[in-house]
Amino acid sequence: MTLTDQTDTDLRSLLNDVLGLGPARTAALTADSGLFGALPELDSMAVANLLTEIEDRFGVVIEDDEVDGDMLGTFGDLLAFISAKRVGA
Amino acid sequence: MPATWPCPGPAGIADELAVVFDSARQVRLLIVPPLFEEMNRTRRMLIETQRRLDALGVDSMLPDLPGCNESLQAFSAQSLRSWRDAMAAAAGHFAATHVLAIRGGALVFPTRLPGWVLEPVKGTSILRQLLRARILSAKEAGREENSAELLELGRNQGLELAGYRLSAALVAGLDASLPEDEGQRVIRQAELGGSALWLSSEPGEDPEQSAALARIIAGEAAA
Repeated sequence: MTLTDQTDTDLRSLLNDVLGLGPARTAALTADSGLFGALPELDSMAVANLLTEIEDRFGVVIEDDEVDGDMLGTFGDLLAFISAKRVGA
Repeated sequence: MPATWPCPGPAGIADELAVVFDSARQVRLLIVPPLFEEMNRTRRMLIETQRRLDALGVDSMLPDLPGCNESLQAFSAQSLRSWRDAMAAAAGHFAATHVLAIRGGALVFPTRLPGWVLEPVKGTSILRQLLRARILSAKEAGREENSAELLELGRNQGLELAGYRLSAALVAGLDASLPEDEGQRVIRQAELGGSALWLSSEPGEDPEQSAALARIIAGEAAA
């Protein structure tokens, strides 16, 4: 399994844990699936929770000014953000 | 079963509530809940754990932290120290023989008791997450805030974070505190199976996790 595949799997499982999406909704996420603004579960507290878990599980640091609609717009955006962070880590 | 216990506070002794399964048995477990939103998210899981412990012959008490849950004391008057004093008083009142602290509960539990801490978390991590939530809501409302300035303000004057009015003492305490387990056994989520219930923004329950936690405690307390 490549790093990207593993990141994809790990991110799905993290979204399931933090947002309680359940296995069916988690498996159905595609790169275009909307996150922030599209999932009612994702309020500011849930985003804060999500970012902390991303930092813990992927070993990256996310600065406050990096957090915006672009990074959290879709599942694909978030995956790309984390993958880029991990390459740079 | 709800019970009350005398809790020290700034205005003298206040009655606080606890959920208690008490049959005067040998092992009496004080459960120190997580802080902030994680307390609400884990409440059903912890009470189910108490039911399972009861069936396994273990007494347990889950007190409210002053200012939290059903408590009538002001949240804004609380600090890690007031929570430590309260949990020490609850341990004495209920004659606890063991303790289970969950997450941020590991910052305020009575360390003299033997027992367990479930996925302890640093005070700074809790604070960082609360600051982040506030910065994100401000951003949505078109205001720029940053954590360094908010933290400075909070340490001097207290701060409202995610709907909680934190005293200056609580901000400073969280910013400096580490889990205080010394000899208590750390239980990891992987031992319970499933996803951690305190993570999920939708409160849930998982009887299997509660059963696993109760089995670990009842088994190791008897060993």
